[in-house]
Amino acid sequence: MTRSYEEERLGKLLRLLQPAPPSWVRAAQELPYARRTFDEIVARAEADLAFRQALIADLERSLALEGDKPDRRIVAELRERLSES
Amino acid sequence: MTALSTLSDADLVRRCRTGDSEAWSELVERYSRYVYAICVRGFRLSDEDAEDVFQDVFTRAFLRLETLRDGSALKPWLAQLTRHRCLDAIASSSRVEPVEEVAADVGSGDMEEIEEAFAVREAVAGLSDACQDILDRFFAQDQSYRTISHELDIPAGTIASRIARCLGKLRSELEGRNEPAEGSGE
Repeated sequence: MTRSYEEERLGKLLRLLQPAPPSWVRAAQELPYARRTFDEIVARAEADLAFRQALIADLERSLALEGDKPDRRIVAELRERLSES
Repeated sequence: MTALSTLSDADLVRRCRTGDSEAWSELVERYSRYVYAICVRGFRLSDEDAEDVFQDVFTRAFLRLETLRDGSALKPWLAQLTRHRCLDAIASSSRVEPVEEVAADVGSGDMEEIEEAFAVREAVAGLSDACQDILDRFFAQDQSYRTISHELDIPAGTIASRIARCLGKLRSELEGRNEPAEGSGE
């Protein structure tokens, strides 16, 4: 289909795709790093029973004690993973 | 323009699957406006809901990229993920409007326009860096002539004509893309 693009129409379409807030974009771009943190915590929990029990007892506190402040989605996924095993 | 920005979606997905975090960053950059537009323009979510959906869509995409059989279908896959999550957000909010009605509403004009806007944005990528920059600042970022003049260090009186020139080039780019391939001699 051939479309003709008048200036006004082009302007409207260009306005439609506004940038998402930079902090949202940054958080999404940092997912691979967050994922690595997740994998490291899971691996350690599998190898270290005391750490695993501490995580199950109080996940946020245990992570904070370790100096980790993962994104809440990663925390939710960790919680799910710990409850599965 | 970076080397990654010229990759096709299929190649970009392939690189992401190898754990290339720069490729992932480009994927987010390429589709962040699209996902955002579906949330706030298509489904008119609040900022809070839109942020949740936005992060959730990219988290799911990141975790499930392996399940996407055809990397070139990245865009419709992301659109579908976003639409589903938007509907979930609406269903769990206190809105009284039935979710089916919202879905039917958004399914028509708004999504079509967002798709068209994405095609226009892809065409913008074929313009010079200067044109890309000034069009994005003026239209997408809603910057005033004064701000553009200050930030790009160009006379304010020339901005309107620069925008008009870049729009002309964009129109040519789009019309070139829309011409039937047959008989084009290329």
